[in-house]
This record gives sequence, structure tokens and C-alpha cells, in this order.
Amino acid sequence: MTPARSSLRERRRAVLALPFAALLAVGGGYLVTARAAPKERVIKLTVKRFEYSQKEIALKRGQPVVIEITSLDVPHGFSVPDFNARADVVLPGKVTRVRFTPDREGTFTFLCDIFCGTGHEQLEGHFIVRG
Amino acid sequence: MDRREFMRLAGIGGAVFASGLPGWTRAQGYAARSAEDFYFVQLSDLHWGFSDPQVNPDFAGTLGKAIAAVNGLTEQPDFVVFTGDLTHNTDDPRERRRRLGQVKEMADALTVKNLKFMPGEHDAALDSGKAFAELFGQSYYTFDHKGVHFIALDNVSDPAAALGDEQLRWLAADLAARDQEAPIVVFAHRPLFDLAPQWDWATRDGARAIALLMPFTNLTVFYGHIHQQNHHMTGHIAHHSAKSLMFPLPAPLSQPKRAPLPWNPNEPYRGLGFREVELEQKGIKVAIQELPVVKPGAA
Repeated sequence: MTPARSSLRERRRAVLALPFAALLAVGGGYLVTARAAPKERVIKLTVKRFEYSQKEIALKRGQPVVIEITSLDVPHGFSVPDFNARADVVLPGKVTRVRFTPDREGTFTFLCDIFCGTGHEQLEGHFIVRG
Repeated sequence: MDRREFMRLAGIGGAVFASGLPGWTRAQGYAARSAEDFYFVQLSDLHWGFSDPQVNPDFAGTLGKAIAAVNGLTEQPDFVVFTGDLTHNTDDPRERRRRLGQVKEMADALTVKNLKFMPGEHDAALDSGKAFAELFGQSYYTFDHKGVHFIALDNVSDPAAALGDEQLRWLAADLAARDQEAPIVVFAHRPLFDLAPQWDWATRDGARAIALLMPFTNLTVFYGHIHQQNHHMTGHIAHHSAKSLMFPLPAPLSQPKRAPLPWNPNEPYRGLGFREVELEQKGIKVAIQELPVVKPGAA
């Protein structure tokens, strides 16, 4: 086989393959659209010594959430250890955002992990995740 | 010995042996000791100022009983270490100082005068350790005793339960001067590993500390915070938590809330206690013995 003929054959293959690749791309795009991630849900929360504004929050498995949390008094923490989500600190008057996607069902604790006083150990709530 | 629980742990080259040795007595133990063997006592989580009689009706008397129990030991320890939460939290800075001062006065009644104090988050987190420093000095430090190097860490003065970059640099510099086979004992209040982050039983940057400790083959960690015995390994490093002198807490994540276990009038002081730690063979062997505040049946 001469180099010239080989080159021609490869070009023909490329031309033949092009529509199929295009179909794949279109099909892939369709699939991506069909499997698009659920829209992120925004949950607003406040915290003060020694309670969160919501103690139980229902979530849907697989739906991303962003917790927008603000302290009403002193610096607090916000941690969801089971989903490896944590704020460095939740400051008074400032919105802190914590994002995660609950990937399994069950009841999961969120808690303050910045010592804030006598009731610190009781400052917690739960996410109830369902399918 | 009666119902004393004895655990003997020999940590040599990462191997740990834990076995109950009923019939072991302090007299027998000391008879076999070499001149450099010694033991110390760990007291933890005193929570002085706690005053819920439903949880501990003897809240004002338990610490005194523990001090009397230590003074009553046949052979006195070389030193006593208090691994934090000397006091129960208060928002009032004056009350915090008053409680810390009372603990210091009561500890003066110990026969042994070599005392090492460390803060817990109840003592130090609300004022970044200011009151503790006024009464007890440095919150993290080292000392050496009979060939063993002791490191007291502070993972509580930062309310976020972190050691922080500065302390970690200090720790790294201290360890850099050590032989990797040297006997080392580390004290902390909170667990350095993620025991139960859902209950805030962790140290935010504890993994960085453990990474620094990991090259050392004869190193053991003693801590408090969780008000019960817990024995955990990170690689070859053993971590032993101590009981409280005010109220016990449930096993990690064993129930929905980390609420104090209720007082049982039929078994008063159950779950409370202190610990002897014996270091043998130049600090390489570690033996732990748990002691009650009040001997069963004596309450």
C-alpha cells in the first residue's frame, strides 16, 4: 500500500465516520439534557444561641441544596458531617452558603461546631432525606 | 482490685496488646518495676460549677471525693494531669475565674504537688483561653519526665476546635528534635481524630497533628471531652479517652443526642472515675488502670 492510497482511504473513513459521530454528539446532547442535574434548592436558615430556625428539614435525595445561613447573635458553626459539608464560620448579619447534595436517604445531623456557650451541645437539627 | 478494670497496653513498633489481667495488684506491679518506671494520674472533665442534681446530685462533692481517692493511693503518682473542662461553662467572665480558682484551690489538696493543667472548651472557648492563662499559664506546652517526652496540646481555646497553624508549627518544631523511637505521650482535651463529628467529637485540624505524630513509633495519646473510656487506633498510635468527674456521656452515636447519662441511685457515681497510667521500660510500655471515684458499695 502506497502512502498516497493509505492517506486517501483514511480520508474516506473519516468522511464516512463523520455523520455517525455527529449523530452520537446529538444523541449525547439529548441524553445530557435528559439527565440534567436537578435544580439547586435554596434553604434559608438562621441560628442563634441555642437554636436553628428549623430543627428538621426535609430534603430530596439527589437534589443539590445550598444552605444560606445567618447568625442572629454570635459566631456559630454549621456542619453536616455525613455529607462532608461545613461552614468555616457563620457570622452575625452575614449570609454564609454551604452546598451539598444528599446522596442517600435517612436522618442526618447538622450542628454548630463552634463553641458558643452553655447550650452549645444542644444546638443541632436534622435533615430528613427521602427519595 | 474487685471491679477495677485493668487494661494493659504495650505499644512496641505499632503492636498493641490489650488484655484484662484480673488479679494484678499495684504491689505486684511495682515489685517488678525498674527505677525509671513511674505512673501518673489523669483527671478529666471536672465540670466544676455544673449544678443539675438530676444528673449528679453530688455535683459539689464528687471532685473532693476524687481528690481524696488519689490521695489514698498506696503509692503516689509522679504527677497528676487534668485534661480539660476543669469548669462548666459560664458566660460570666468573673464566674469563670471564680470556678477556675476554686478548682486550683481544691487541687492544692492533692498530696502530689506536680500538677499539669490543660483547658477544655468549657474553660477556654468563650474567651480564647484568657482566664485559663491568667490562672494556669500556657495552654500548650511540653515537659520531660524520667526519659519520657510529654506534649500537652490545646484544641479548645479556638472555639472552632482547631489547633491552628501556629500551634502546629510549634508541634512540628518540637517533634523535629526527637528520635522517632523516643517514648512520647500526648495530651489533648478533644479527640485528635474524627471520633464522632456529628457530636462535635473531633478536632477540625486534628488530622494534621496526627500526620506529624505518625512517624513516632512509641507515642500514645490521652484525652478527655467524651466523658467515658474509648480506645482507638490511628495506625500504630493509640488514643485513650478518660472518664469524667461530673457526668458520663453515651457511647459515640449510640443514641440520638449526646445528653448526659442519668444518675442511677442504685449505682451512684457509675461511669465516673479517673485513671492511672504506668510507663514501664523507659516509657515504651503503657499500662492503664481505671479507678472509680467511690469504691462500689461505699457510697
